[in-house]
Formats: sequence, structure tokens, C-alpha cells
Amino acid sequence: MSTAVAQNRGLGAAIWDYLTTVDHKKIAHLYLVSGGLFFLIGGLEAMIIRIQLMEPSNNFISAGLYNEMITMHGTTMIFLAAMPIIFALMNAVVPLQIGARDVAFPFLNSLGFWLFLFGGLILNISWFTGAPDAGWTNYAPLSTTSPGHGVDYYVMGLQISGAGTLIGGINFLVTIVNMRAPGMTYMRMPLFTWTVFVTSTLILFAFPALTVGLFLMMFDRMFGSAFFDVALGGNAMIWEHLFWIFGHPEVYILILPAFGAFSEIFSTFSKKRLFGYSAMVFATVLIGFLAFMVWAHHMFTVGMGPIANSIFAVATMAIAVPTGIKIFNWLFTMWGGNIRMTTAMLWSIAFIPTFTIGGMTGVMLAAAAADYQYHDTYFVVAHFHYVIVGGLVFGIFAALHYWWPKMFGQVLSEGLGKLTFWLFFIGFHLTFFIQHFLGLIGMPRRYWTYQEGQGLELGNMISTVGAFLMAIGTLVFLYNIVQTAVKGEKVSGDPWDGRTLEWAIPSPPPHYNFKQTPLVRGLDALWVEKMEGKNGMTPAEPLGDIHMPNNSILPFLMSLGLFIAGFGFIYQVDNKMWLILVFIGMGITLGSMLTRSVKDDLGHHIHKEDLEKGAGE
Amino acid sequence: MRGWMGKFRSLILFGALTLFLSGCGVENMTALKPEGYGANLLFDLMMISIAIMLFVFIIVMAIYTFVLIRYRQKKGQEDYIPKQTEGNKALEMIWTVIPIILLLVLAVPTVQATFDLADTGAKNDEDAITIEVTGNQYWWHFNYKGQEITTSQDLYIPTGERVYLDLKSSDVIHSFWVPSIAGKMDTNPGENVNSMYLEAFEEGVYWGQCAELCGPSHSLMDFKVIAVSPEEFDQWVKDMQNVDPEAEPKTASAKEGQELFNNNCMSCHAIGSGGAGIAPNLTNFGNRTMIAGILEPTKENLVNWIVNPDEIKPGNQMPANLVSEEEASKIADYLLQLKHSEVTPDSAGDNNQK
Repeated sequence: MSTAVAQNRGLGAAIWDYLTTVDHKKIAHLYLVSGGLFFLIGGLEAMIIRIQLMEPSNNFISAGLYNEMITMHGTTMIFLAAMPIIFALMNAVVPLQIGARDVAFPFLNSLGFWLFLFGGLILNISWFTGAPDAGWTNYAPLSTTSPGHGVDYYVMGLQISGAGTLIGGINFLVTIVNMRAPGMTYMRMPLFTWTVFVTSTLILFAFPALTVGLFLMMFDRMFGSAFFDVALGGNAMIWEHLFWIFGHPEVYILILPAFGAFSEIFSTFSKKRLFGYSAMVFATVLIGFLAFMVWAHHMFTVGMGPIANSIFAVATMAIAVPTGIKIFNWLFTMWGGNIRMTTAMLWSIAFIPTFTIGGMTGVMLAAAAADYQYHDTYFVVAHFHYVIVGGLVFGIFAALHYWWPKMFGQVLSEGLGKLTFWLFFIGFHLTFFIQHFLGLIGMPRRYWTYQEGQGLELGNMISTVGAFLMAIGTLVFLYNIVQTAVKGEKVSGDPWDGRTLEWAIPSPPPHYNFKQTPLVRGLDALWVEKMEGKNGMTPAEPLGDIHMPNNSILPFLMSLGLFIAGFGFIYQVDNKMWLILVFIGMGITLGSMLTRSVKDDLGHHIHKEDLEKGAGE
Repeated sequence: MRGWMGKFRSLILFGALTLFLSGCGVENMTALKPEGYGANLLFDLMMISIAIMLFVFIIVMAIYTFVLIRYRQKKGQEDYIPKQTEGNKALEMIWTVIPIILLLVLAVPTVQATFDLADTGAKNDEDAITIEVTGNQYWWHFNYKGQEITTSQDLYIPTGERVYLDLKSSDVIHSFWVPSIAGKMDTNPGENVNSMYLEAFEEGVYWGQCAELCGPSHSLMDFKVIAVSPEEFDQWVKDMQNVDPEAEPKTASAKEGQELFNNNCMSCHAIGSGGAGIAPNLTNFGNRTMIAGILEPTKENLVNWIVNPDEIKPGNQMPANLVSEEEASKIADYLLQLKHSEVTPDSAGDNNQK
């Protein structure tokens, strides 16, 4: 093969390019766009929920539709918005930070994305036929007895999408273990890469629990088994355990990369290396480990007994220690620094008090007996939004502003960024701070409506107003993206005076990332070189041919096949004719896999001469 | 600096809001004004944890504020490169060890409270009151064990005494929650029976809710705990044990209603201690605080409810239009005169808000 990269930039060619790409940077774009779209859908669902709760005994939407809204809001935000945007950042940044030309398995990277996307489409198509309505936790027997096909969509959608995530996680695990540039020992890895490493490990262990749970649910609903049916000797608690064995690590899967992004941003914009780097790494690993030990704190009121409740309570409280270490290390990274208030930094700074509040309520929730009051109330809703929005969404906004120039070669408008920030930040606290109190004065979670005279009117009203501010903030952010793209001002490779390897190459990077693999001589590799007065990295190898993988449409086809088969599985309950779709879909998938197995695809080389001419970018 | 002041102002605003709100909420539905043993214990635990957490928060915010004011880049400092500190073992030890100590301080009362509230061993004593609570979509069934009393929606208990509950579900998972007297406990389907106890200090009508998503009408699955003095409770027990389901009502319309009820409703509902428990037991219905847990107990509401239950509680099991509106009116007359006990929610004194 030659150096052929699509020169024809027609729309069709561009679409074909994205459908077939195995380039981690383009896959990052795909994840970002689709995750962003799902984020908007999830946000719209949230707004509908808040409008319904604006006043007592409201009838804006029906009770059944409301349950579909809360279910889809939770599911969409966790699985279809947060996860893919995290994956977008991982794809955009990690290979660059470790000085690699690509990920370990480019084909699988693409497959992971398409599986996620088609799973997400299945979930959202359910809006046209009746969406899942048993909550994002989908507890049996409410889910197993839920009429219609809503829960079937949930099961199929998440199964396909979850397979994609598992594949993606394994890919990053291998990438980080195997593809670091010479000299980059584990203890010289940037913290974002570290957190992605731990997150990938968590994915590897947590997602199979979800897979198993979803299979059991699928068999119960579609093939007449009775794992969760007490009348036939099953046990509904099995689902709760399986779900939370996955579900608890899941929140750390989401939050750890955000922690990593904050670490990079605090360090860069304070012009200081991260305070207590080794403690930060240790804390990250410890949080990852503890994440698996505490799932039953979601089940204090299930009736596990005081011994189990006490053990899980104390184990949960223990997580506060490594998290606290992180908070103080961030504060001391800024201590003595030279702090620049960029938009990315603003989001990071706002994260500290917000997340501290979320952590505090987390410890309060961990006090098992006290949870008998908090559990399933708006106190919990407030807590996890403080953690997930205050940690993760703030983290995503910070990371996007920080890495946008690296991803797209343009800097987002700082003015609009700050406007977004203030609208969103104020809106966020208005929405969720008050919910702590709504919970304590007796408002349970997932309530479609509340009665007049229960004292819940004011709090709900304030909460709804806040939600509108957040929505406006998000719209400003979208406007910012469009405006920046239209303006099209290009930036240098290193607009923030960065410290890590990704800032050593042009923005956006050429598709082979590094012309020559860099030699890493310490933590914050680029900063080390800068301090010695050099402009870029010292190469670790002479200039030579670069081997790159070929594009392939097969990942798209494999996922499309499963997408088609998914509908066959869902509807074969009504009529066996639907099994035809299962055969067609699985045929496409298995056929694609066979093609992949028998057809040699050795990739292509970018030749030395072309690199010297600066071509191939 | 302006951004900073803005943030501070919002913090102060939230603080004020907090104070304002803690006085808010309905007295017999809030966890912040405990009226029973469990709620009280949990309130204390909450306060300990809030105190510890606020202490940590204040320290974090103090360092935070200082750092952001002191080390923010000033004009002309653009090229200043600060010292690249690696870390500080002593400091890092401090913020590892102190939180561990703080958490131990919280862990001890937590474990104590957890075991205390799980201590339902005395429920098998002869004079203990044990009530079997069954959660149903979307109503609560109460069976007073060994007393031959079956009711639904309104749970009468004596003050100053531990009343033990055995909780289970007939369909999906529900959660039994009376914020101002005790915490909550799930009701599970099958043989996973959970136990807890209620102990109310004062007489009153306390609002209870279902806290686990159980279907469309999850938010309408309200019930009341009516705490009366022990003497009144004994009276109530006696009254309830002497219910005659066949007793003839006084008015003609109610008499017709009784017949209609017996013909149309008795396959699911019951009056007296018998019945299958597949629909609410309607004994003492005339003294209910609410119809269906959420409607004011007026005849109009009751007729509406009988004719069109799905409009009021979507997804519930009662069939619509089982009887005509005229018939429903007679049934309502009958049901509303079912006042089997002298002890009513009004007996629960001043705390009664509904």
C-alpha cells in the first residue's frame, strides 16, 4: 500500500472515511459527537422531569411516561453520554500522552465505538415503541413484569453497548501496558493516563457482571427462564447484587478519568508539577480497588442484616481517605504556583468545593443506619448529581476546553467558555443543593408528583429554575463550538505551555502522531525538555518508515448485524417470524468476523521520504 | 477577584437557604424533626456526620481560598516559573491519618445504630405487637399478628411502645418509609421477610411513603401511621376485633350499597379480619385519613375513585367501570359509614394535620 490518505474531501468521502476509520483521533471525534448528542437527549429528558415537578400535582406528562423519562435519563447519561465522552478523551489523549503512534488494537477500537453507537440507537428507538420504565437500575421484578418491550430494549441496547465498552477498556489496558515510549516508566506516566489505566481495569472486571445480569434478564423476559421470579424459585435480589457489583465500580470508571484530567489542568495552569504524584497514583489505584468492595452500600435497606451493613458501611467510608488525599494534593499543586484562570482551570477550581460536598454527603450516606433515612430520597439524587455532575461533567467541560485545541486545532472562545461556566455552575447548585433538603423533609426519589401541602413546593420550584440555567449554559457551549469552527483560527501545537507529550506535536496531530518516537526522560516529559531550553522532544529513534493500520468497514458491519439481530430477539416473543431478523443480523456479524479472520490485512507504510516532505498529514 | 466574590456570595446564599429550609417541611413528614425512637437515633447520627464533614469542608475551603487569592497570576508574572515541589511526606501523612481518625469517630456510632435498629428479637415475646406489612401496587396491607385484625393504609400503633413489623411484598419491591418515626425498609417479594420496629414518642398522624420505584403510581402509594395513647390503642384493638362485617347500615342508600358491595367488590376486598388480601381491607373505612392514600375523604372523591380508579392511580389493579356511577354512589354511602372504632385519627391529638 502507498501513503494514500483520502485526498478527495467530498462529503461522501468524509463520511466513508469516518465509517471505516481506525485512527484513534477520528474515533475520538465519533465518540464525542455521538456522546454529545446523547447528552443533549438526556438533558432534554431531565428538563421534562424538572418541568413535571415544578408544581404539586402537575400533569405535564403522565405517570407512565414519567417513569420512562427517569429511566432513560439515567441510562442515557451514564451509558450513552458520560461513558462515550470519557472514551472520546481517552482516544484523543492517551496514545499521545504515552508517545504512541496508535492504540494497541485499532480495529477493536473502531468496533467498540460502533457497538456503543448501535446499542445507544436501540435504546433510543424504544421511544417510538414504549421506552423502559423500571428505573436505570432496572430492579426485578418490576423490570421482569414490566409490560411491553421497553425493558427488552434496555437489555439489548445495554448488552450491545456494554460489549463495546468492554472491548474499548481492554484495548486501552493493552495500549498503556505495551505502547509507552522509551523511558516512560509507570511512574513517569501522566496522571490522566494513570487514571485511564485504572478505569480500563475496572471496566475489565465490572462490565462482565453487567453482561451476566443482562443475560439473565434477557432469558427471563424473552425465553421464559425464572432467575428473578420468586414464584418459580428465583430470587429478585440476584439482580440487585449483579447490577451494583457492576454499578458501583461504574461510577469510579466515570470519575477517575475526570480526576486525571483535573490533575493535568491544575498542574499546567499552576505551572507546577503535580504535588504528591506518587501518592496520587497510589490513591487512584486504591480507589479503584475499593470501588469493588462496597457495592452493597446501595442496598442498606434491602435487609442484609446489621453485620453486612456495618462491613459495607466502614468499607465505603474508607474511600473518603484516598479521595481526600487527592483533594489536598490538588490544593497543594496550586499552592506556591502561578495560577492562570483559563476556562479549563475555572471548571477545575469549581470542581473542588462541589466534589467535596458530594464526597461529604457520600460519607453521610455510608453511615448505614442513617441511610435508612436518606436511601431512595432526593438526598441521594442530590448526592450523586454533586458527584457525577460536579465531578464528571465539570471534568468533561474542563477537559474539552483544555484538549480542544489538540483535538481540533482551534481554541474555544474563552469568553463564551466563562459564560457557559457561570450559567452552568450557578444553575447546577440551584438545582441540586436544595434537593438535599427535599430528601430530608420527605421527598422520595423517582416521584412523578407530590401532593400539595407536603412542604415540597418551593424546593422543587428552585430546582427547576436551576435546571433551566444549566440548559442555557449548555446551549452557550454549543454556540461556542459552532462559532469557533466557523472562525477557524488555527493554533500552535502547544497553546497552554503544556507539560506532557501531547503538546510536543502539532495540533491537530498528523495521523501517525509522532514522526519519531520521543525519548522520555522524566515526569512531565515535555516540561523536562523545555527546562533544558529545547523546543521539542529528543527522538528515541532515527526517522524511518511508519507502519499504520488500514481502514475497515467491518467493525461497522459487525455492529450493524447485532443491531438488526437485537430487534429480532426483542420481537420474537410476539411472533417467531422475527427470528428471521436474528438470522440476517447474526449472519452479517458472523460473516464479517469470518472475513476478518481469513483476509490478511497487513496495513500500510508511510515512507521516510514522504515524512521528510511533511506529507501524509 | 470578581469571580471569587461571586462564588462566595452564592455560598453565603446557600447557607442562608439551608437555615431557612431546615425549619421548613411538614412536621409529620420530615426526618429533621424526629418524633420516634428510630428517627431520633438517625437524626443524631446525621448530626454527628454533618459536624465532622463541615469541619473537613471548612479546612478545605480555607486552604482553597488562600491558595486562589495568594497564588493567582498577577500582571507581569506571566513568565514566572514557580519551584517544582515534588510533595511533602509529613503533610501527606497528616491528610491521610486525620481523615482515618475522623472516619473511626463516625464509624463507631454508625455500627452501634445499625445493630440497635436491627434488634427485633423481642418481637416474639408474648405481649409484643407484631404487624405483618405487605406492600402491594399501590397500597399497604397490615395484619396484626395474633390479634385477628386486618387493615390497610392506616396503621394504628400505641405511643411509647415498640411495635415490630415484618415486611414483605406481594408483587414488586416497595419500601416502607415513615420519615418522622423511623427510617425505611424494603419489602421484598418471596421469602425475604425484613423486620424493623416503630416507636413513636408522641401521638400524631405521621405520613408514610413508598420509597422504591414500583410502577406508575409509585408516588401515590402513601399511607399514615396513627400513633395513639396505649389506652386508646387497646380500645381500638377491641373495636376492631368486634367488627361485624354483616352489620346492617342505617340508611336505605347505604343498605343498597352494602348489597352492591357484597356482590361486586367482595371477591377482592374484605371487611373484618378475613379476606384474601389481594385488595385493601376496608374495615373502618369511614375513619380513614385519606381515600387511596391521597384523596380527601369526601363522597365525591370516593365515587370518582370507584368508577375510574386508573385516572387517579395509573396502573392499579382495580378494574374501571365495574359499577355505574349511581351504584358507586350507594357503595360510597355504605363505605363511608364504616366507622368501626371510636378511636379515629382525630384521637391522635394536636399533631394531626390531616
